[in-house]
Amino acid sequence: MASTAEGAQDGVRRRDWIHIAAISTAGVGGASVLFPLVSQMAPTKDVLAASTTDVDVSSIEPGQSIKATFRDQPLFVKRLTPEEIAEAQADDSADMRDPETLLDRLGEGNADVLVTLGVCTHLGCVPLGAGEGEDKGEFDGYFCPCHGSHYDIAGRIRKGPAPTNLAVPEFEFASETVIRVG
Amino acid sequence: MSFAWANQYEPKNDFTKWIDEKLPLPRLVYSAIGAGYPVPRNLNYMWNFGVLAGFFLVFQIITGVVLAMHYAANTEVAFGQIEHIMRDVNYGWLMKYGHANGASFFFMVIYLHIFRGFFYSSYKAPREMIWLLGVVIFLLMMATAFMGYVLPWGQMSFWGAKVITGLFGAIPFIGEPLQVWLVGGYAPNDSTLNRFFSLHFLLPFVILGVVILHIWALHIPGSSNPSGVEVKKESDTVPFHPYYTAKDGWFLGLILTFFAAIVFFGPNLLGHPDNWVEANPLSTPALIVPEWYFYPFYAILRAFTGDLTIPFTGIVLIEAKLLGVIAMFASILVWFFLPWLDKSPVRSGSYRPLFRVFFWIFVVCMAGLFYLGGAKPEEPFIVLSQIFTAYYFLHFLVILPIVSQIEIPKPMPFSITEAVLGKDDDAGSPPTPPAAGKHDSDAPDGALQPAE
Amino acid sequence: MTIRLGGIIFGLGLTAVLLLWSLLPGALNFAFPEKPDYYAFQEENISPEGGFSFEGPMGNWDTQQLQRGYQVYKEVCSACHSLQYVAFRNLEDLGYSEAEVRAEAASWMVPGIDGKDGSAIERPGIPTDYFPAPYANDVEARAFNNNAIPPDLSLITKARKDGVHYVYSLMQGYNEPDPEDVAKSPEFETPPGLYFNEYFYNINIAMPPQLLPDIVTYADGTEATTEQMSADVTAFLTWAGEPSLIQRKQTGFFVIAFLLFATGLGFLSYKSVWAGMKPKKK
Repeated sequence: MASTAEGAQDGVRRRDWIHIAAISTAGVGGASVLFPLVSQMAPTKDVLAASTTDVDVSSIEPGQSIKATFRDQPLFVKRLTPEEIAEAQADDSADMRDPETLLDRLGEGNADVLVTLGVCTHLGCVPLGAGEGEDKGEFDGYFCPCHGSHYDIAGRIRKGPAPTNLAVPEFEFASETVIRVG
Repeated sequence: MSFAWANQYEPKNDFTKWIDEKLPLPRLVYSAIGAGYPVPRNLNYMWNFGVLAGFFLVFQIITGVVLAMHYAANTEVAFGQIEHIMRDVNYGWLMKYGHANGASFFFMVIYLHIFRGFFYSSYKAPREMIWLLGVVIFLLMMATAFMGYVLPWGQMSFWGAKVITGLFGAIPFIGEPLQVWLVGGYAPNDSTLNRFFSLHFLLPFVILGVVILHIWALHIPGSSNPSGVEVKKESDTVPFHPYYTAKDGWFLGLILTFFAAIVFFGPNLLGHPDNWVEANPLSTPALIVPEWYFYPFYAILRAFTGDLTIPFTGIVLIEAKLLGVIAMFASILVWFFLPWLDKSPVRSGSYRPLFRVFFWIFVVCMAGLFYLGGAKPEEPFIVLSQIFTAYYFLHFLVILPIVSQIEIPKPMPFSITEAVLGKDDDAGSPPTPPAAGKHDSDAPDGALQPAE
Repeated sequence: MTIRLGGIIFGLGLTAVLLLWSLLPGALNFAFPEKPDYYAFQEENISPEGGFSFEGPMGNWDTQQLQRGYQVYKEVCSACHSLQYVAFRNLEDLGYSEAEVRAEAASWMVPGIDGKDGSAIERPGIPTDYFPAPYANDVEARAFNNNAIPPDLSLITKARKDGVHYVYSLMQGYNEPDPEDVAKSPEFETPPGLYFNEYFYNINIAMPPQLLPDIVTYADGTEATTEQMSADVTAFLTWAGEPSLIQRKQTGFFVIAFLLFATGLGFLSYKSVWAGMKPKKK
């Protein structure tokens, strides 16, 4: 009686095309339902919109750092003193895991404002050194207490497990006093 | 499955053989909803709604889990979180509207499933347990839907929660403390919202569990069918797969098309505008109504407007509020007794001329209650809901038992095969009809019924 | 058996009690009807000629209209009504560029804190800010508005029955009560401080007429009649209530077309499976 279920031994019979078509169409439908289900987990529109941050740097004195928030993560903005610039430039040719010059990190048209993410490239802790009186590590920059990564004045990794320098996000001067990060 | 001719699962290769030895899950599925489940060959489209209900349960669980990823059960932010879902979450509007209207379609399908049961007496022996579990599922669904409606924390959410939890306040002595305990305060608040969210997440999985029991219980006697005659032989059945998977499949597509039309082009048609206003404990909406699928029971609740007193003495026996609550719960609990209230040995309404008339009157009564539950609590709607409520109970408690006693059923086919093909070669010696009107057998079997 | 007997007795008793009891007060009510409803306010809302561009399954936003509506909201409504779920960044939907949105946001003052001493200040908005509320809290809103809180407008077109047409009608519904009605029924008298509006649920609304002709000067030169402004602000508020409206309808077309196709195939497959099995009607 189950005439359609039987007879499969002669392979795909001609009248089976309609079943195959129906099942594969249903499969396409089921698969496309996955698209919204997956994409709903991606960042929401308000999170994406907050992915640029304006920071007023006019009030940062040389030698001082501020912590801002960028994409829900800490952002270190530091105005370097001439001495610090000299020291960092002197190290430009030192042996480093992730060689970069200070100028590379400052970007064009930017004399002294160093912008880095305050996220250790090892496992994501916030390094010390941006706040007043915090441990700056062996290279006078930043020190991550979680696993002992030492960064220098320009935020370059010099010692410890972190693989790369503190990330420099894309940014530009929106005006004389405001940088737009992201 | 009990039929001797059911196809047996045969693992095709070494891997499936290995699986079948260690965990015969494919075998279970094969025998439950595959080619190994023989189903009466004469099922009509009213038998599609069980599978559809299962689909909507799964759909609700998936969209619900997704929505829970973006929701926050806190009265300060809950309403705003819904807007966050609607505006900022990728396809959040689709999830929200899908879930809200999915609940409506779930209930629509369930009501049709239940009314199929009413007409074809799916509750009769040997299927009482399937029916009882079904009523449990329906009660759990109502609880889940009610708590889900509170979560957006709109005006209807808040006032619905307040009114429904207020029902428990009607219970004598323990009512008020019970109500305060249920909501965790004097009016719905943060605690209420949190516990409702927790339970709204939990209960669907409880429902899923009871659904599995429901299907298990179904597979013991096998599916009922429109003729009401039990399966006798192999020619009465076809394997569930591919016959009914194909039928359920295309019908699911049809229902989904209607569902999509609502979700994409009229997502608020079945909702209430007041729920787009944030909950305000200081101001009641002009008309508090639940979601449409609660209307009949809400109408029964509101039908009781006066205390039950001993005439001419003024002694109050039961307060109106409590009466309404009792009646509302009783209106569903009465379904539990249905297998014992309707003892007619004939299952299918097709062969019960008198029952059929009352069945359609009852459908009209339910339709009336659906309308009245959403109407304003003013005349003539109040008196109408009282009359319809009275008829509702009359139908189950009086009409059905009496009809099942006095009715003379129409002649029934010998077998499903005969019902389908118009003849059955095995039907050589029709059983001798017992005396009409006297059916003392406790296990009705349509095949033994008189052929007058 | 006992269940059945008990059921019959209980059911008959219950029905008798219910019927008696429902019919008595019901009959009394019919004999002595209550006072008739005097709130004969407009149940049917009006629509602009040709309807709104976003209506119907094929509808789409008219961005020019949305921009005009935004201007009406900004220059008129926003004095009293908040728009709390809409952010300035959303204005890009209205056809503004990113830079225009940034400038538009900066033209609004939003609450902020002073970076140095933490005191509450007002600062120019940025795109991620939400539209600021005109009043600090409900008490202030009441105090300034004759004890009526101006509702938030972000969902107004969904929060009222037939909301889109309701808003459009309400904006043009200011009128005078029929003197005959007032003579017959003193409740029709407009109380002091309220305004007669035939589309408001109790005909007396606390909001004075707002969209007087030429109260705004449209940037695109459209004449600012009451009707025009009502239509524009309604369109804007519809967008504000559900920015995904058009995406929803467009997605719906694909989904329904696909489902019809899949259902058709499924039906043919079903027919093919059942071929030869299908019962003849008995």
